[in-house]
Amino acid sequence: MDDLLEEFLTETSESLETVDAELVKFEQNPNDEETLNNIFRLVHTIKGTCGFLGLPRLEALAHAGETLLGKYRDKALVPNPDTVTLILESIDQLKVILGHLGAEQSEPDGDDGPMIAQLVAASEGKMEASAEIVAETETVKETIAEEKNDDTTASSEEPGSESYDVDLERPLRPGEVSLADLERAFMEADGPDLEQLATEAEQAKINEEQEKKEALEKEANKTTVEVSLVSQSIRVNVDVLEDLMTMVSELVLTRNQLLQMVRQMGDTEIKVPLQRLSSVTAELQDGVMKTRMQPIGNAWKKLPRIVRDSAKAVGKKIELHMDGESTELDRQVLELIRDPLTHMVRNSCDHGLEPGDIRIAANKPEAGQITLRAFHEGGHIVIEIADDGAGLPTSKIKRKAIENGTITEADAQTMTENQIHRLVFAAGLSTAKEVTSISGRGVGMDVVRNNIEQIGGTIDLLSIDGEGTTFTIKIPLTLAIVSALIVEAADSRFAIPQLSVLELVRTTQDGEHRVEEIHNTRVLRLRDTLLPLIDLADILGIPKIETVSENAFVVVMCVGEQRFGLVVDNVFDTEEIVVKPLAKVLSSIPVFSGNTILGDGTVILIVDPNGIAKSVSTNEDTEYEADGEEMTAERNEETTAMLLFNADGAEPKAVPLSLVTRLEEIDTGTIENVDGEQLVQYRDSLMPLVQVGGYATIENNERQPVLVFTDRGRSVGLVVDEIVDIVEEVLNVEKKGSTPGIIGAAVLKGKATEVIDVGHYLTMAYHDWFENAQKDREVEIPQKQRILLVDDNAFFRNMVAPLLAAAGYDVTAVGSAAEAWHLNESGASFDVIVSDIEMPDETGVAFATKLAKDEHWSSIPRLALSAMGQNDLERMGATDAFTDIVRKADRESLISTIDYVLQTHGEAA
Amino acid sequence: MTTADDKQILIDENTHEYVTVDIADQLFGIKVTDIHDVFQPHSLTKVPLAPPEVKGVLNLRGRIVTAIDARIRLDLPKPEKEGRHDMAIGVEMDNESYGLIIDKVGEVLRLARADLKPLPSNIDPRWQEVSRGIYRLDGRLLIILDIQKMLHIGEPEACAA
Repeated sequence: MDDLLEEFLTETSESLETVDAELVKFEQNPNDEETLNNIFRLVHTIKGTCGFLGLPRLEALAHAGETLLGKYRDKALVPNPDTVTLILESIDQLKVILGHLGAEQSEPDGDDGPMIAQLVAASEGKMEASAEIVAETETVKETIAEEKNDDTTASSEEPGSESYDVDLERPLRPGEVSLADLERAFMEADGPDLEQLATEAEQAKINEEQEKKEALEKEANKTTVEVSLVSQSIRVNVDVLEDLMTMVSELVLTRNQLLQMVRQMGDTEIKVPLQRLSSVTAELQDGVMKTRMQPIGNAWKKLPRIVRDSAKAVGKKIELHMDGESTELDRQVLELIRDPLTHMVRNSCDHGLEPGDIRIAANKPEAGQITLRAFHEGGHIVIEIADDGAGLPTSKIKRKAIENGTITEADAQTMTENQIHRLVFAAGLSTAKEVTSISGRGVGMDVVRNNIEQIGGTIDLLSIDGEGTTFTIKIPLTLAIVSALIVEAADSRFAIPQLSVLELVRTTQDGEHRVEEIHNTRVLRLRDTLLPLIDLADILGIPKIETVSENAFVVVMCVGEQRFGLVVDNVFDTEEIVVKPLAKVLSSIPVFSGNTILGDGTVILIVDPNGIAKSVSTNEDTEYEADGEEMTAERNEETTAMLLFNADGAEPKAVPLSLVTRLEEIDTGTIENVDGEQLVQYRDSLMPLVQVGGYATIENNERQPVLVFTDRGRSVGLVVDEIVDIVEEVLNVEKKGSTPGIIGAAVLKGKATEVIDVGHYLTMAYHDWFENAQKDREVEIPQKQRILLVDDNAFFRNMVAPLLAAAGYDVTAVGSAAEAWHLNESGASFDVIVSDIEMPDETGVAFATKLAKDEHWSSIPRLALSAMGQNDLERMGATDAFTDIVRKADRESLISTIDYVLQTHGEAA
Repeated sequence: MTTADDKQILIDENTHEYVTVDIADQLFGIKVTDIHDVFQPHSLTKVPLAPPEVKGVLNLRGRIVTAIDARIRLDLPKPEKEGRHDMAIGVEMDNESYGLIIDKVGEVLRLARADLKPLPSNIDPRWQEVSRGIYRLDGRLLIILDIQKMLHIGEPEACAA
């Protein structure tokens, strides 16, 4: 229902109740001018509002009533029971119409001509006739005022009709008086006309017998509607509710305090009454909470209009669907999310949904769909804003983020798509090509995120290329009382809001959940995912009394999509706490959101999960993203051969076997120190030695295992302590390391393992490695050749793309065929396309076959990457689709094949 | 002193009433009208990462009070026996309750406004900042504290300790 209309209904119903009461009072004491003025004012307001809202029927009736009241006020008429009854009846009729309005959102058909006429007559001072009628019928009285032009005659033409709602088409029914006529009548009708009116009224009386009955029926039907409308809501000052809430909060606190005391005292006789008090308090809390609850639809009401206007402004067709409008949440929260929601819906209209022609081209219905959904989940409410647009432009976001320094190129290489999408929440990142009248000024999603985090909520997004974007907001139902987990760290207790706690894990030295250390960073292996750990005491800067106790508690927290484990010394229970804001002096501490008084009377601080998450991510550099990676693992069962070895510390390390040229054992006696570098003679040339973790003196161990990496005749030896094993497993680099030389961590053979970055060690040995790589090839490649690399395996992309770049190519790596098609659409051009054969969204063969037919890209040579090699292509019968095929593990032949293909292709062209 | 006298004095615009407090053997005065409470602070909860002046938060009859250590605020030496906070003066700012932890509460003095002199210019700037002036009492100097400024913590220049 329209905002305005609803407010009007509530207000008017209340006013009418007042008028009812006041009129009765007035009748008893006709000289009470104050009461009369009050009534007049109320009726006048109703009339005015009706006019404003375009409710002619109500307006006409109220106007007639007002005229009569005006006569009383001006002392032109003396009120008598009959006329007062008449007014009361007109008010009843107003209520009937209001009831219909409330139920149907429109005025009922029909007219109040007779009643208006009666009121007019009464105000003309023609009392006798009306009085008679009143006495006779006692309910709805209708008098027909026939005006000068005789356009109204008494009506008995529709005797059989069941109600007034018969004939809307006809502009004026018999017996109906047009408003203009009435107005004229009011103007002209003065003393002289009284007699005429009276006679006419009497005529009318005879004719309205049947209609009277119908009117009675109608009224009976509608009174129920009206009653419910009036009794359903009362209006209470917000302050009263706030006060109530505060008091209930205090009561909850006191109750908690009492419960705690009784718990300590053991069995006492106050236990039973206290239990009763406790449950009553809980119910009271519920009840008061309810008074603050409002359906979320209230915050959505303006959205249809906004969507309509936005759609018009950007020339798109947009349909808005809303689901779960009746989901209730605290009005304070409601107010706070209203603006972010509006902003996000505008964003969807403006950027999320593509223009109609593009949609049609993409086989989507022309009208874009925006869906709002709200539902309860645990102690919070989840709101989803989904559009079926193009999804977030990953590459654009990436570029923008690199440009404005949010991330580095290196970060961008290793970030998953989802992580890149989340960059839209970073400040100053609007990817809109141009600023439109609606949005795109660069202050956007970061403000939205801040607003939502301020109320203890979280926001996340999922964008699927070509299918749309869904934002998910999770907010607490209420801000005043939250459920919190009480934990202990460094001898102090803290409260952590339950909203962000996923689970509790108890770690043991040799049990199922063990804390492992990777480069001074502690991680917890939890069901095959690596969870970064952070010590609450560390975050709070409290010196630790003892070093890492092996038996700690880990509170697994989830803020947005960021998951981490918060190490605490002890976990107590959960308690309902009343959040009290911190004093101003303390409000700048980001890791606390407030404080509260516990049951035992002590004050404890409430930890702000968002604040903690921020300090975690500054420590971790990049968010570790569990879900996305898990998904990758599920659909991509491709295994990689990894060489496991030990070096520089206890954590096992790994390197893709394909990158290792040879495994050697060298005699430490043959190591020569030249110019600060350690060299060893290897196959008739000098090979520099490097160590994991940097240059270090190699101990005199006699024999030292060395991994040899060779690229174009130059070798480098990586000194390791021990070669452990070669495993063939699904490689799932889960956590990006911040240490140079480490790509990230993965679970291999059930252990957290660091995956090293070979490129780092190559450059360490030969500072000019990459420059040389280009120089060597300058003859063959006069200008940078552009390669499009399509592979769904992020690790492989990250491995191959830098290699190709090092070889002097300009590499664009994408994770799916769909992304490649996007580049195609945007007019990008390449010299060679290297594509994986197995991909989830579109197989490499299908992709290549499509490529061969594409008008822009058909002439670009296509190279297939496969684990098996030529046999694969033959097996698939797709020898024609690809120009050539390279084995995935064979990077040397990859580059030479690319070179070869480019060369022959260049000659052919 | 009778109550009638009291009232008279309170409305007398030429004098102010001050409560004297001892902080590290120095006498300070706080306007009576600024003081809401005098209480013994106990079960303080320390606030990690808070400015050093903030001793912690505590529960005073259902209200959360932020305790400010006056010694640190005034850059005075720590007491020899740590851990025994003698008294706290309850004050309010912007509807928030604060407790100023001091050593000892003294007496109530009624002093003429005209006798309030500015602080000598060579006194610690930190004191200049939080003081309204100084009274020369018999044998002792009484420095009058501006509570609002005392509670103004967190600005870089104010929390150097």
